[in-house]
Amino acid sequence: MKALVWHGTADIRYDTVPDPEIEQPRDAIVKVTSCAICGSDLHLYDHVMPGMEKGDIMGHEFMGEVVDVGAEAKSALKVGDRVVVPFTIWCGECDQCRRGNYSVCERSNRNKAMADKLFGHATAGLFGYTHLTGGYAGGQAEYVRVPFADRTHVKIPDGLSDEQVLFLGDIFPTGWQAAAQCDIQPTDTVAIWGCGPVGQMTIRSAVLLGAKQVIAIDRVPERLSMAKAGGAITINFEEESVVERLNELTGGKGPEKCIDAVGMEAHATATLDSIYDRAKQALMLESDRAHVLREMMYVCRPAGTLSIPGVYGGLIDKVPFGMSMNKGLTWRMGQTHVNRWTDGLLRRIQEGQIDPSFVITHSVGLAEGPGMYETFRDKRDGCIKVVLKP
Amino acid sequence: MAYYRRNSSADRMARGLGWFSIGLGVAELVAARRLARWMGMEDQAGLIRAYGAREVATGVGLLAMGDARPWMWGRIAGDALDIATLAAAHHDGNPRRENVATALGTVAAVTALDVLCTAMLHREEAAAWTPPPDYSDRSGLPRPPTAMRGAAKDAPIPADMRTPDILRFEPVGAN
Repeated sequence: MKALVWHGTADIRYDTVPDPEIEQPRDAIVKVTSCAICGSDLHLYDHVMPGMEKGDIMGHEFMGEVVDVGAEAKSALKVGDRVVVPFTIWCGECDQCRRGNYSVCERSNRNKAMADKLFGHATAGLFGYTHLTGGYAGGQAEYVRVPFADRTHVKIPDGLSDEQVLFLGDIFPTGWQAAAQCDIQPTDTVAIWGCGPVGQMTIRSAVLLGAKQVIAIDRVPERLSMAKAGGAITINFEEESVVERLNELTGGKGPEKCIDAVGMEAHATATLDSIYDRAKQALMLESDRAHVLREMMYVCRPAGTLSIPGVYGGLIDKVPFGMSMNKGLTWRMGQTHVNRWTDGLLRRIQEGQIDPSFVITHSVGLAEGPGMYETFRDKRDGCIKVVLKP
Repeated sequence: MAYYRRNSSADRMARGLGWFSIGLGVAELVAARRLARWMGMEDQAGLIRAYGAREVATGVGLLAMGDARPWMWGRIAGDALDIATLAAAHHDGNPRRENVATALGTVAAVTALDVLCTAMLHREEAAAWTPPPDYSDRSGLPRPPTAMRGAAKDAPIPADMRTPDILRFEPVGAN
């Protein structure tokens, strides 16, 4: 089959690879009909996230049709079912899964020993996202093996297009969880850093959950125009001071809820601290650029909440933790417990409350994927979200 | 917002100059005294070291900061500084005047490369620039956002994500 394969920094190729097969009784094989490039795939493309190996198949946001089912998954799936596959693989039986903490499933990461060493304790297996999360082949391919498939799926009813439901696998529930874990009150101002795909979903989620005002921060004009369309007041940090504007919009008190939809690769030259981070990153003295975390800690109203859906990979530096401690901030973070949210979100899509396809700016064949990685990373051609069709 | 294309020929050239900058900078830092003696500028070893630090910083900027243009302008400004310093040392009283002339020639050649690379980078940006697309009709919501505000306020928030009452900013008027 054909797949997008990681070969090194900024080197993803459209290769021929062996077809996947059922390996475990709870597996299924899915013929991918649509997949997407996620912002967090760019951390692998730029090779700032450790744990990739040459030959790894990319992709963790995908959907398709079930073409083969293992013996123990047959109670939940059958050939021909149309499914979205969540990026977090979960067993449904361990202590964490029983509590709904699917992104820290204790059984799905098959490289547990390696992850234990790095994180203290392993987190869930993820598709196409380093050997630290299991080294599973990703879904930017014609076919993919889905482990624990009896649990790791969302069945899609007829009448909905791929474009409407594809993002149930990652960015929609990720944006939703980012807003939900802020427990938004009708009096809250929610400030969101980053108007990429996750930021866009977070903006809509915060609006639907009833925030008094939603403020979106970015520098890319087309991303800001899309944020405004979703109901956000926008701040272009290249043109105005984020701190001053947020204070102005909140009567000097700061937003109650701050959401980091940027993560480890904050724009490298916008601020002095980002330049410092980038220089340290280049010298292998730091792995992540934490500008957004610093700014959120500074601007957040005391006793407020910081929500972090943005991906961080390792070490950050010069984080003013005393500020956070003294202000009594609550931090909520983590990979998304995708299946916690998908039933409700699927229902909202069916009812027409939201159509996540608004975020798609590019839809091309899988073979064009390597070039689209570059376009997406460099934010060229108005690119916000890329969908690939195998 | 600046648009730039990584991996273009101009960008690759800028990165090459970045590595050159780091190499030269390290040499200036490590062998400042020897370089100063070679050019008859014995009392200026400290200045050469400072220039070395500048070269390293510019090199890291070129290699790590994405858009190469501001760093290339930094290199050109540094070249001007180098030329001014060397020109001041190129006088009849300096027994190493010929070495200074050699250094001046080298810096002039590198300056030409820097200017060429910077011009290429700017030309590339001008050629690639297109007006940003307008996504102001892409709300994803069936009605205007003001009408959709709170449409999902019935969504259950799991216990582990709820804010304790004492940390809530409600009731209205509290802020």
